[in-house]
Amino acid sequence: MVGLLPAAWLAARTAGFLGGLGTNPIERLLIESGTIAMITLLSALGVTPLRRLTGLAAITRLRRMIGLLAFGYVTLHFLVWLGVDLFFDVSLILDDLTQRPYVMAGFAAWVILLLLASTSTDRAVRMLKRNWSRLHRLVYVAGVLAVIHVIWLTRADYREATIYALVLLVLLGSRLVWTVVQRRKVRGEPARNGVT
Amino acid sequence: MLIRSRRVSEPKPSEITPEAIYHRRRDFMRAGLGIGAGMLLPPMAGARTALDFSPGAFGTDEKHTPYEDVTTYNNFYELGTGKADPARNADQLRTEPWSVRVDGACARPGNYALEDFLSPWALEERVYRLRCVEGWSMVIPWVGFELNKVLSQAEPTGSARYVAFETILDPDNLSGQRRPVLEWPYVEGLRLDEAMHPLTLLAVGLYGETLPNQNGAPLRLVVPWKYGFKSIKSIVRITFTEQEPPTAWNRAQPSEYGFYSNVNPDVAHPRWSQRTERRIGEFRRRPTLMFNGYADEVAQLYTGMDLKQHF
Repeated sequence: MVGLLPAAWLAARTAGFLGGLGTNPIERLLIESGTIAMITLLSALGVTPLRRLTGLAAITRLRRMIGLLAFGYVTLHFLVWLGVDLFFDVSLILDDLTQRPYVMAGFAAWVILLLLASTSTDRAVRMLKRNWSRLHRLVYVAGVLAVIHVIWLTRADYREATIYALVLLVLLGSRLVWTVVQRRKVRGEPARNGVT
Repeated sequence: MLIRSRRVSEPKPSEITPEAIYHRRRDFMRAGLGIGAGMLLPPMAGARTALDFSPGAFGTDEKHTPYEDVTTYNNFYELGTGKADPARNADQLRTEPWSVRVDGACARPGNYALEDFLSPWALEERVYRLRCVEGWSMVIPWVGFELNKVLSQAEPTGSARYVAFETILDPDNLSGQRRPVLEWPYVEGLRLDEAMHPLTLLAVGLYGETLPNQNGAPLRLVVPWKYGFKSIKSIVRITFTEQEPPTAWNRAQPSEYGFYSNVNPDVAHPRWSQRTERRIGEFRRRPTLMFNGYADEVAQLYTGMDLKQHF
């Protein structure tokens, strides 16, 4: 339910409340929906590190929901671009997809999330067995593509892009550290000082 | 075509001879006495002062972008990189005192107090389309005078081929200049014939009043057939050069922003569609016109040039 608050906030602004969307409302809608999508996607990537950090297994149950929420917001962002900004103009869509690298990166991230969302049911998990977790590791690629999307669309002020990149680096880096530590444990090697 | 374009006429000799300036100045002052002294006071920082001007040679029937939008949705990185930042931080720009230096390859260089720089020239209103490289556009009633008047008065030497412009550098007050988003000060440039073109305007106002700080007070360039970033704001220096001068965005990202930066729907940009634009206030995108719709006036400046190469 908390995850739907950004949608409500955006809907209210689109309707002209809370200051509305300003002078260039479609551009603003694109930016805001993209920001929400990015934050939700990074949140989804934060679930596993948070569980490992806190040891709270219950957090894992949130993972699918936050993941689907991220897909929903990325889709909303995608639809604002496709249907509101470009008004389903095929030649403009093709222009964007062929001339603008940041659009290519963002589009690829959405395709990955579409694939992951459509294989997120219990049945799909059972059917794909071990391949399911392999497939769903693609979310890391989606995260990287999303950050690249922001870096490439940035005109000159990289503050926001830098924050996203750092958060992603920490979230993916923590997995790397975790994996290394686990392998050591399996091999029975003592962890070095400071790495436990 | 939507523009009411009267044919471009060369500036009459009477517009540049000192005698005529002298007489017109007299008329100007006499008229001012009749209208009320308040109309003629020099622009004051932060205050919206009405200007005395006549209708100009170029206009358009298109709907003017509302004052509110023109003055709250700006790219002026000296006052912040967000669109609303310049209006919010407008008081960081100190416009008094203000002086303008004219130098470089010319016979009559000078350093003028703003009042002296402006006083010889009668103001006129020019309603121009403004096309930002970011894919949005506005229609703005500027108040100003043709740049060629100032340039002719300075008597450029035979070797002068370009005109360089510089924005105020004041990092102590302009918070945006304390971050290296662009190389400061902001610089721009035109080829001399572009700068002399009658469409090229030095603006001191919009909507009949002095420029708000966020729009480049007290003095800015308006080059309506080029992307908006060419129209440099808050000018302190105009220099005649022999070599092509550096320009701020070209320096930052040469593959994306060329020296010319003429509005051109056929030169794609890696960030924004240049084939279409969103006119502020409209829902659907509209096609972007070559030279922003000013092809009849300016296309001849570029005959024989490959504009895809010299973008």
